Amino acid sequence: MQKYRHYSSSMKRSGKYIVSRKIDQIFINLYDVYKFILRFFKEVLFPPYEFKEVVRQCYEIGYKSLPLITLTGFITGLVFTKQSRPSLADFGATSWLPSLVSIAIIRALAPLVTALITAGKVGSQIGAELGSMNVTEQIDAMEVSGTNPFKFLVVTRMLATTFMIPLLAVYTCIVSLIGSYINVNQNEQTSYSSFVVSALQNISFLDLFSSIIKTTLFGFTIGAVGCYQGYNSSKGTEGVGKAANSAVVVSMFLIFIEEILVVQIVNAIR
Amino acid sequence: MKKQSTPIDESQHLISIKGLKKSFGDLHILRGIDLELYKGENLVVLGRSGTGKSVLIKIISGLLKPDEGTVHVLGYEVDKISIKELQKLRLKIGFSFQSSALYDSMTVKENLEFPLVRNSAHLTKKEIAFQIEDVLEGVGLLQALNQMPSELSGGQRKRIGIARTLIMRPEIMLYDEPTAGLDPITCIEINKLINEVQAQYNTSSIIITHDLTCAKSTGDRVMMLLEGRFAQTGTFEEVFASEDERIQTFYKYNFTS
Repeated sequence: MQKYRHYSSSMKRSGKYIVSRKIDQIFINLYDVYKFILRFFKEVLFPPYEFKEVVRQCYEIGYKSLPLITLTGFITGLVFTKQSRPSLADFGATSWLPSLVSIAIIRALAPLVTALITAGKVGSQIGAELGSMNVTEQIDAMEVSGTNPFKFLVVTRMLATTFMIPLLAVYTCIVSLIGSYINVNQNEQTSYSSFVVSALQNISFLDLFSSIIKTTLFGFTIGAVGCYQGYNSSKGTEGVGKAANSAVVVSMFLIFIEEILVVQIVNAIR
Repeated sequence: MKKQSTPIDESQHLISIKGLKKSFGDLHILRGIDLELYKGENLVVLGRSGTGKSVLIKIISGLLKPDEGTVHVLGYEVDKISIKELQKLRLKIGFSFQSSALYDSMTVKENLEFPLVRNSAHLTKKEIAFQIEDVLEGVGLLQALNQMPSELSGGQRKRIGIARTLIMRPEIMLYDEPTAGLDPITCIEINKLINEVQAQYNTSSIIITHDLTCAKSTGDRVMMLLEGRFAQTGTFEEVFASEDERIQTFYKYNFTS
């Protein structure tokens, strides 16, 4: 790793590159990311385990995101139902509304909305927190005090996002369906039980399973990107800002790529 | 010259560095450093900003790897040992950072608990609490136990930073610019604390500084780092009796500024 860093800095000084500065830097960064992810899998398997810190991070990432997720999920369900109604009404098919909404929410909207909201809230928080710890030598201080900072700071946060984002997505589904039910109930006076039955009748195991897999992947991505950007931020306050910013931008970009890939795979299985 | 508090044993080298070189890209920071830290002494490394003083102690603590040369700390060659051995060795080295590097999301108590809980699993909660209070009393900040780092002054943060390293009872203390950014009275207090730590905890220390008052009041021996090499070694008076123009300029500007 150090060799590559030296290569990178000597390239900058000498101005000599293999292809071009940007392309060379992309490959160096990709190698760094690969090493970072590999280190996570190595560290996560071996003791000591930081259970207490994982629980604390789950609380910070999961529980503290609930108000924002509740608001966004509820409005998504309500508005999506309201907007879909006129199109279905044209065909006299408003009774399909619960089915349509639940399929859209469970397959795509809830995982995506949860991931994008947490990428913004949690990703930037992780990037900025680790970035400022790096700038103020807190990570070095942890290392010289005989603690593995990667295990304490990175592994715990990545585990927490990987566990909590799927749970938050399940919660978003529930809240969105409640939002949808309110709209359906206002117009059709449907009971809650009949709404739930018609909402879930077209949901397959594959829909649920693919959403859980997808959100687990999103959670891992948000944690990995946030931690990588923060842990490797350049020194100075500008570095902290950049770490927070790129944690959000890169994770959102990767979430969309992953969404496309998972949808393709699930459709092929279906 | 500082008052001698503990005897220096020149037959025991706690740190031994030979031919140390370190570059960052084409920038040659350390160009062949030889250094020995004897048991019981306070060794001051003096030099201008950017001469590689902090790089030197980061190499000693294993945070950076040397390009060339050997670094032995308590008999271990730092860049050759395994990560587990390095973590064990680090418990015997206290590192006081220039920025104090307190964990800002934790209270003072939690900052001090952090290394203790992770590295001394056999201690009970009562013993941990006792050790925290003992070390805080030692640095004169027992009242700050439940405060957050953001509520402390620069000098208090330095003291807590030193307390956090002392809680592991290290054999070697590394101070990175202990008086940087502090007012003159707080500087004197920190210098006094460094001497008290040496006497009370029997530590041997390397003090990195560009502050001549700090060097004079804490150092048993002073090494002057210029252009990546040690230009002069000896007592404070011996070093500044040198006719080397660069050392004289450093001396003059330090006091006139």
